[in-house]
Amino acid sequence: MASAMAFTNEQLERYSRHIILSEVSIKGQKKLLAAKVLIIGAGGLGAPAALYLAAAGIGTIGVADADAVDLSNLQRQVIHTTQDLGKAKTLSAQETMLAINPEITVKPYQTFVSADNVMSLIDGYDFIIDGTDNFPAKFLINDACVLAQKPFSHAGIIRFKGQLMTYVPGSGPCYRCVFKEPPPPDAVPTCRQAGVIGAMGGVIGSLQAMEAIKYILGKGDLLNGWLLTYDALKMEFRKIKLPVNESCAVCGKRPSITRPLDYEQAVCDLK
Amino acid sequence: MRLTVAGTQKDYEDGLTVAKLIEIENVETPAYVTVSVNDEFAASGTFETTVLKDGDIIEFLYFMGGGQ
Ligand SMILES: [Zn+2]
Repeated sequence: MASAMAFTNEQLERYSRHIILSEVSIKGQKKLLAAKVLIIGAGGLGAPAALYLAAAGIGTIGVADADAVDLSNLQRQVIHTTQDLGKAKTLSAQETMLAINPEITVKPYQTFVSADNVMSLIDGYDFIIDGTDNFPAKFLINDACVLAQKPFSHAGIIRFKGQLMTYVPGSGPCYRCVFKEPPPPDAVPTCRQAGVIGAMGGVIGSLQAMEAIKYILGKGDLLNGWLLTYDALKMEFRKIKLPVNESCAVCGKRPSITRPLDYEQAVCDLK
Repeated sequence: MRLTVAGTQKDYEDGLTVAKLIEIENVETPAYVTVSVNDEFAASGTFETTVLKDGDIIEFLYFMGGGQ
């Protein structure tokens, strides 16, 4: 067994249910404590992901979001409370995460993700969680992660449905392999227009946190090359094989996208 | 012929194209759906001309934008 010497008694107690797992152990918990995960969007997906990653002892967690907490967020964004209304989501998230686990570092970035800042935002992080709610941001994060060769978890939720996939550089398709470019504004309904059951963010955002943790531990199978879909009304999960698209504009053989792109499109939940 | 569509086996008429299957299956936002046939993407311009055959496995992949 790797040395437990570096752990305090309090840490051994806090992470005891991890350490007892053969897939984690002292060695894996050390990896988690040394890891850096960036969550883009502290909303329906980002909130549960942030709570579990903080509790798991991910040593550095970045949280990027430009919004303030709004009453309509509280039906699903469980990291924020009624007392946080009007507060920056990054700060509200940071307070809750540190209340759960004071020994981690939370880095708030109170900004929208854009072509100008995305490369510097993701720089230095080991894994990125896309918890954004609009297609321009999802394509931007995909392209930046492909260009910087960073693994990330993509997800979307609407109504009673959710889905996610994981990109691992050099090992399976990216988001753009599957969906070539953002749909025109309002061609595909957003959660603001169509609604979303609050617990859906809990299911899918927690799965995103799980992918990050497994990637850091180097254990198990990830959702690279797979789209996991969840239909809550049918109570059905499906794991759909995703082919690689060799003509993908960003990760294909002759990429035409060589730097991050901003798409102009109205976004769902910005206010 | 028998196809597996989104995980479910069903019988369809011979000569069915991807475009016709999208119509029959009432696919949501049909203009923006990605289709895979036997683990290969069907190119978006080829839905009208791609004829399905017995035993094909078809998946529909949908844009899902929410998250905040
Ligand atoms: Zn790609």
